[in-house]
Amino acid sequence: MIDVTLESVSKRFARAGDTAAVDDVDISIAAGEFFTLLGPSGCGKTTTLRMVAGFYFPTSGRIRFGTEDVTHRPPNKRDTGMVFQNYALFPHMSVAQNVAYGLKIRKVGRAESARRIEEALGQVHLAGYGDRRIDQLSGGQQQRVALARALVIRPRTLLLDEPLSNLDAKLREETRVEIRRIQQEAGTTAIYVTHDQSEAMAMSDRIAVMESGRVRQIGAPQEIYHRPATAFVARFIGRSNVLSLPVVTAAAETVTVGLPDGSETAVAAPADHGLRAGDTALVSVRPEHLGLTSTTEAGALPGRVTEVEFTGMATNLVVEVAGEPVQVAAIDVPDGITVGDQVGLRLNRDRMWVVRP
Amino acid sequence: MSTIPATPSAATVPPVTQDPAPPPAARPRRGLNANSPWFPYLLVFPLALILFGYVVQPMFATFAESVGVDGVANYTEFVTGSGVARSALLTSLGISAASVLLCGIVGVAMAFLLKRFSFPGRRLIEAIILVPAALPPLIGAISFQLLYSETGILPRGLQQLLGTENPVLPFTGIAGVLVVHTFTMYPFFYLAASAALVGMDPSVEEAAYNLGASRVRVWRTVLLPMLTPALVSASLLVFMTSLASYTAPLLFGVDRTMTMQIYINRTNGDLPMASTYASVLAVASVLFLLGMRWYEGRRSYRSQSKGVASHRREITNPFGKWLALLASVLATMVLLAPVATIALVAFSRDGSWTTEVIPSEYTTANFVTIFSDPGAYRPILNSLQMSLLATVGCVVVGVLIAYAVRRLDFRGRGLLDVAVMLAWALPGTVVAINLISAFSTGNAFSFGQVLIGTFWIMPLAYFVRFLPLVFRSSSATLAQIDPSLEEAARNLGAPWWRAFGTVTLRLMLPGVLAGALLAFVNGVGEFVASVLIYTSETAPISVEINNRMYSFEVGTAAAYGMLQVVLIFVVMVFSGRLQNGGRATREAAKWTA
Ligand SMILES: Nc1ncnc2c1ncn2[C@@H]1O[C@H](COP(=O)(O)OP(=O)(O)OP(=O)(O)O)[C@@H](O)[C@H]1O
Ligand SMILES: [Mg+2]
Repeated sequence: MIDVTLESVSKRFARAGDTAAVDDVDISIAAGEFFTLLGPSGCGKTTTLRMVAGFYFPTSGRIRFGTEDVTHRPPNKRDTGMVFQNYALFPHMSVAQNVAYGLKIRKVGRAESARRIEEALGQVHLAGYGDRRIDQLSGGQQQRVALARALVIRPRTLLLDEPLSNLDAKLREETRVEIRRIQQEAGTTAIYVTHDQSEAMAMSDRIAVMESGRVRQIGAPQEIYHRPATAFVARFIGRSNVLSLPVVTAAAETVTVGLPDGSETAVAAPADHGLRAGDTALVSVRPEHLGLTSTTEAGALPGRVTEVEFTGMATNLVVEVAGEPVQVAAIDVPDGITVGDQVGLRLNRDRMWVVRP
Repeated sequence: MSTIPATPSAATVPPVTQDPAPPPAARPRRGLNANSPWFPYLLVFPLALILFGYVVQPMFATFAESVGVDGVANYTEFVTGSGVARSALLTSLGISAASVLLCGIVGVAMAFLLKRFSFPGRRLIEAIILVPAALPPLIGAISFQLLYSETGILPRGLQQLLGTENPVLPFTGIAGVLVVHTFTMYPFFYLAASAALVGMDPSVEEAAYNLGASRVRVWRTVLLPMLTPALVSASLLVFMTSLASYTAPLLFGVDRTMTMQIYINRTNGDLPMASTYASVLAVASVLFLLGMRWYEGRRSYRSQSKGVASHRREITNPFGKWLALLASVLATMVLLAPVATIALVAFSRDGSWTTEVIPSEYTTANFVTIFSDPGAYRPILNSLQMSLLATVGCVVVGVLIAYAVRRLDFRGRGLLDVAVMLAWALPGTVVAINLISAFSTGNAFSFGQVLIGTFWIMPLAYFVRFLPLVFRSSSATLAQIDPSLEEAARNLGAPWWRAFGTVTLRLMLPGVLAGALLAFVNGVGEFVASVLIYTSETAPISVEINNRMYSFEVGTAAAYGMLQVVLIFVVMVFSGRLQNGGRATREAAKWTA
């Protein structure tokens, strides 16, 4: 069942000239799904989320909850629960009063209210904190109160705008597990905004990768990682080498490209790649899908090491192949490898993938 | 539970509904939708109308009045005439320039002494430094008259002490006006310079010394340039406030000033000429306001260096120590003398004080009179009632304008801001003349009623004069409140008005209350506009004080004055509590002068 739909949604701010903060975005999110908007700073994630919450109205396009058109519905009638980046807890109310705010507006009875507040605080491990003042809580606790306040109204959709960005690294990892657990227990649809790709990968059912107001790709984490749609996505999610290689022949879902050493190889490509013989294809290959070998191994590309960095588990190298720097993350490298060495690069051809510019 | 995505395919997911031609986007049909682009206009329109009707439009009415009879002839008198108009303008400008100079010297010197040195009595002086400036304008000026004029306590005391024929060192005429201005307006410099000095990174100064600069050179090349922005703002404020000053020239009998000419022409029934003076002053105020905004806008680009607050220098020289102590005692006496004088005189028998240094007969009868004689406590009731009414108006309108200016996005936002501040920049006399010109006939903004000669003109004048106080104070508090708090309330289901009331307004309350109290005490102390528009039924306390002074009932006048003073200090202590750390007192000083 589809819960939230954005149809060709665009947002232009009056004072920001002609550029759209959000440009023709199509997204549909299933009920119960954990959906993440991921992208670099300023790409329009917050703007998109705020249109779903009703704080901005789209310049064009439609937003639906289920089958209802909510494009211009005011925020207080949308039944979403939002967790703000700075938590936005009411400083003049206690923890319990904060959590009770939405219930009061919904005219939930006293007993029922008390029960649900207790339940929500329990869910976020803050049972017994109801009487605390907000400024008596740590950052992590405040974050959880914000979550409880949004959850207690049993919103149809939970909206989270970088809720972890004010926490330290360790707490951030713990909390993201918690948020995911609570969301799954409650069965609520969640739209989560972050610029942290590892957070997105770890938590999400699906991710929409955004760049300058546009959605570049929507998919499950593995899919986005292994089959990035564009060079931007390939580089933004993890690390990637995007090689420009000449197309020799092109078929439906495979493109054969020429390698710098004169050999050819077939690379998997999306069905709509649109490439023809003679074009230049962009081929993404991740550093961990490249291996070091001797220059003499058949099928290995010859190159020269220009950087070596030992990190413990893997060794990160930069190898120059036909004048192009290629990043390599190798688990197993010969001892004593140094800058200037001539090496062979072994390609994991199954993991190579054609991307769009 | 399964949370497997419903449409796990690559690239973007097609929209679910496949209407070939989607219907036009549904618009909200009913109710106040705070997110729609026209919501701000709905809220702002009545506010803009109020500002236009009671601040801007009356200003134009005054201008129309000034050219209504003789065309521009009234104005040419300022340029060519050898008469009163020209000399009044020049005197006003001269007094203002001299006030800037005197206040600058006193204010900056005080700031340096108190912020840079440590000596006995420093804390006490810092605590009471704003007392003279916080007095209501009329009672403040009266206290200086009682202290320093020809018949004042100090010149007569010195006369008796030295056995001379005449009072020694009396301040009269323009000199008297300058004394009042210096005492009541130096806080503009003191506060600005203190803030700059406290915010200044001492290492900058130390670096200069370290590089071998002499003390004079450090002053000239480092300290003064860093103080410049503060000094420029303070100069503008003092100049404008002096130009608007009315009570000091009134009490020291300097008739040829702009404000006095407004009053004199108005009482002589020459409204066109009074309006001419008022228009000239209004133009000066507008120019001043725009200059101020321009300068502060420019200033905001230079950030002040943050750092540890500058450390104070201990005075170690024993001679210097004694000198400092003596100066502290003297300063304390000078600062407290005005209030002490009013308190003393309030207990003197009316008519008993003639040529003595201080009154000879004391009684509590004055206080009994003002509280028991119906005719005598009428002004108190008037003041409280009119001020309360005005304050209610100021709170409602001021809070909403602050909200609109700070939180809403609409065309003409800057204009709204300027209109409120215009009400602040206009001298009280000008506000009164504006209202007289606008409402001596019926008008859409008075619902067709003539307001002159009625009760309503008084609270209206107070409203116009003190609206900016509530606006400023509310706006400053609002700036501290994260807008996402209101959004969170909206998200949890609260309609706009409920989110505003339970979250934003609730959190603004300390600032609103402080502003309201300030507006209220200013209303109770108001004299400058009142004296032009009161009727015998609506005379407020200050007008009554003035009338009693004229009939030599100095004791009773001072008793009324004590009431105002006590009210002010009670309110100040209270708002100091409200906004921790005496900020309210500082704000108050900014506005009371
Ligand atoms: N109220 C506004 N008025 C004008 N422009 C805006 C407004 N809000 C956002 N923008 C612009 O829209 C673009 C997208 O902003 P948005 O806040 O959605 O980015 P974001 O992806 O959330 O970035 P971040 O990770 O930094 O929070 C930016 O260029 C921003 O400057
Ligand atoms: Mg953002």
